Amino acid sequence: MPEFLQFAFSGLTVGAIYALVALGFTLIYNASGVINFAQGEFVMLGGMVTVFAHAAGLPLPLAALTALVTAVVIGLALYRLAIEPARGASPVTLIIITIGASILLRGATSIVFDKNFHSLPPYAGRDPWIVGGAALLPQSLIVLGGAAGIVAALWYFLTRTLTGKAVLATAANRLAARLVGINTNAVVGLSFAVSAAIGAIGGILMTPITFTSYDSGTLLALKGFAAAMLGGMGNPLGAVVGGLMVGLLEAFSAGYISSSYKDAVAFLVILGVLFLMPQGLFGRSGVERV
Amino acid sequence: MMRRFVQSPYAVVLVLAIVVAILPLLLPSLFYLRVAALICIFALAVVGLNLLIGFAGQVSLGHAGFFGIGAYAVAVGPTHLGIPPWLALIVGAIAFLVGRPILRLRGHYLAVATLGMGLLFAMVFANESAWTGGPDGMPVPRLELFGWRMAGPWTWYWIAGVTLVIGAWIAANVIASPTGRALRAIHDSETAAQVLGIDVARYKLIAFVLSAVYAAVAGAYLAMFDGLVTPEVAGFLRSIEFVTMAVLGGLGSTLGGIVGAALLVLLPQLLTVFHDYEHIALGLVMIVVMIFVPAGIVPSLASLLGWRRS
Amino acid sequence: MTTLLRNSLKLAAAAAFIVAASAAHAEIKIGAVLSVTGPASFLGDPEKKTLEMYVADINAKGGVNGEKINLIVYDDAGNPNQARTFGTRLIEQDKVDALLAGSTTATTMAIIPLAEEAKIPFINFAGAVQAVSPAKPYIFKTPHTDLMACEKIFEDLKKRGLTKIAMISGKDAFGASMQQQCMTVNKKYGIDVLHQETYGPGDTDMTPQLTNIKGTAGIQAVVNPGFGQGPAIVTRNYKQLDIKVPLYESHGVGSKQYIDLAGAAADGVRLPAAALLVAEKLPASDPQKKVVVDYKTTYEKATGQPVSTFGGHAYDGLMILVDAMKRAKSADKAKVRDAIEATKNFMGTGGLVNMSPTDHLGLDLTAFRMLEIKNGDWTLAN
Repeated sequence: MPEFLQFAFSGLTVGAIYALVALGFTLIYNASGVINFAQGEFVMLGGMVTVFAHAAGLPLPLAALTALVTAVVIGLALYRLAIEPARGASPVTLIIITIGASILLRGATSIVFDKNFHSLPPYAGRDPWIVGGAALLPQSLIVLGGAAGIVAALWYFLTRTLTGKAVLATAANRLAARLVGINTNAVVGLSFAVSAAIGAIGGILMTPITFTSYDSGTLLALKGFAAAMLGGMGNPLGAVVGGLMVGLLEAFSAGYISSSYKDAVAFLVILGVLFLMPQGLFGRSGVERV
Repeated sequence: MMRRFVQSPYAVVLVLAIVVAILPLLLPSLFYLRVAALICIFALAVVGLNLLIGFAGQVSLGHAGFFGIGAYAVAVGPTHLGIPPWLALIVGAIAFLVGRPILRLRGHYLAVATLGMGLLFAMVFANESAWTGGPDGMPVPRLELFGWRMAGPWTWYWIAGVTLVIGAWIAANVIASPTGRALRAIHDSETAAQVLGIDVARYKLIAFVLSAVYAAVAGAYLAMFDGLVTPEVAGFLRSIEFVTMAVLGGLGSTLGGIVGAALLVLLPQLLTVFHDYEHIALGLVMIVVMIFVPAGIVPSLASLLGWRRS
Repeated sequence: MTTLLRNSLKLAAAAAFIVAASAAHAEIKIGAVLSVTGPASFLGDPEKKTLEMYVADINAKGGVNGEKINLIVYDDAGNPNQARTFGTRLIEQDKVDALLAGSTTATTMAIIPLAEEAKIPFINFAGAVQAVSPAKPYIFKTPHTDLMACEKIFEDLKKRGLTKIAMISGKDAFGASMQQQCMTVNKKYGIDVLHQETYGPGDTDMTPQLTNIKGTAGIQAVVNPGFGQGPAIVTRNYKQLDIKVPLYESHGVGSKQYIDLAGAAADGVRLPAAALLVAEKLPASDPQKKVVVDYKTTYEKATGQPVSTFGGHAYDGLMILVDAMKRAKSADKAKVRDAIEATKNFMGTGGLVNMSPTDHLGLDLTAFRMLEIKNGDWTLAN
């Protein structure tokens, strides 16, 4: 039993981070149809900028805020300078643009900062709590709580505010949204900003546990993308469930099956789910217009 | 006359054959010859992938998996099993088996499924170190044909170059055949194609298997050319690189795939002048090219010159 | 006017030609292909900085045999195919006199056939033993092998009477290679490996693997071959799970960054490493003290970053090469090769180097020190 709990704590912590990345993928995809492979770089920027702003003397909350603002500005710049000018291009073309952006951001970070790994002091205590024989770090709770808070805020924003409803309307049908007077360009820009912010917060929360470096975004983008697809692309709830599932699958297969093939188990399950449910767990089955 | 010639898929093959034949005369050193051979090898994989993405409209983010199977087949086969390297073509059978279930998925779901497939192959190569040498990789035995040791840039330039011309010729045949028309119909709309009585699953599978075989042959060549194979040949980044080559050059254009491969092989060599800023420059080139020629270099250039109705 | 222009152009061209020609004669070209970016950048980055720093220094002091060194560095991003292409470029295009290259075993193995064929002295920085075993005429290396690290750890375990261990190793090239090497010599030291786990590059939580190790009965110590951020996470998770038996890291964590990342959890961890990490703590009588203190001070002053043993390997490579060129009194490839092979009593950051026709590494087990981390700093374990 203590083992089971220990694996679950590990899986949930890692899964919460995947969930935040997947959420970022989902928001941008909904608003613009773009799969943003630079999503992992927002997480990386959140961590790296906080580390260096903190090292430069800013108190931690201010350093985190600096990182958040930096990520949002870069998210908006990505939209205005790279995605918007290519509007109307095929989805694959847009994917290549975001991959180009992620290479660029990684290169720039390695020059502006450095290529080393960095950590931050934990925001709560360093000593683990023993729960049912398993050791849980306070920082893990902060990651989980932070992720839950973001999901709740996002839910409130999308369903209870006018701007949020405009985002949902744009996601449902861009042309119809424009016809009822929604500035869809602003909505897409907003979704890039919000995705960047979510990614950056993820990076700020996780850095005390996972560390950060200029190239830590690539793997996160990969796992987050897989999680988003597992949940069903375009569904925020699916993104969260998908992220947690991938994290838990990795932890339990590392614990119970084989640590050499833990990622393989996660991807085999994803393949299995997609064969049974080709739209992911929570995806809508689309109707193709001929 | 000129326009009709240029529009013919066979014209590309002819021009390609001429370029491959005279290029070595213009190359000043073995280094350039190696780069040219690498371009031919990667272009071969991309010409195949283009059949799948550009014509059938199915995006694969896992083709490096097949590339890797080809590469490891020529390393593991002769070393551990005593089977000849051309058995790398077994990849066709694997693609057939994997392709059937995977191709039921559409769009981004297909992308993530192929991504998972590629990662699984790469994981096996990295983990089964008794067979594959693990992450450090393993040497590839030199191929001997009638006592002729196949090694060095000259040999591999000619092998890869001739294979590329043959590959482009086969692709041109496929595109001009009923299969090619069926693939284009599927690209436009799967449902519409189905209504027209096209066996969508079968044609998608044909494109998938063909592209996998192209990738495997290219992978086998790279492994034999370098005399060494490591798991990164099958990595996720390699898959992304193939798709990038196809898209930059121009989807749906065989010549585009070759130009895209040439560009991405040459860029790291050209960008060395930027030193630490290499990656920034590479990212910028990708973004800028895609913004200004979203259809890819070759199709955009062709329509600019009025060679193609748009 | 136009004639004047044309003539001055001719003159300029002629001048440029003369400058180029004289430059071609009065310089030694050294080529470097390093993994400056990518997953092995923690190796390639300090290597590049070290080479650039010391080549500039050597040139400022008049060069080697009166000739300046021209250092050409290419980044292979850890990709062996790219390494081979750049290796070809250095040999065929840039016509270098010697190669200091190969941050990883895979990139090194990709370049070795080129150097052998072109008969160019090639000193590499690969960890694995196959880079110099069997010894090939033109191939040399400076880093200790992972086999030596295993032996050093097992020697220490045996001394402490700990014979039943578990291993948790990285799945990257470094971790996997060292894990394999350890499994070839454990019996020699009477060590039983009761349980083995792995983790992937980029993994951020190793508690599941460590929970299984904790649950294995009879384990007296844990060994963690790996590099990068992985060992730091293992160390933290180790503390989180409150595992009591001693933890051994590898020489792959040979930089202060590991202690910074792992924090207090690193206290009590042991690892085999070059004396460079404990430069100031060496007794004044230690013959290695001067070279490691000098390198450490220079590197940290120039880069503002903590010194790593990896940059030290590049330093040793460059110095062995320069020393050989001085003894050969030329940059002639065959003569330099002979001189490198004849290197005796060279004191580098990695230890005392004595090359021979069968040993192209020249280090023995004494080159490694067993270190223990105490209060956030390296100390010599006894």
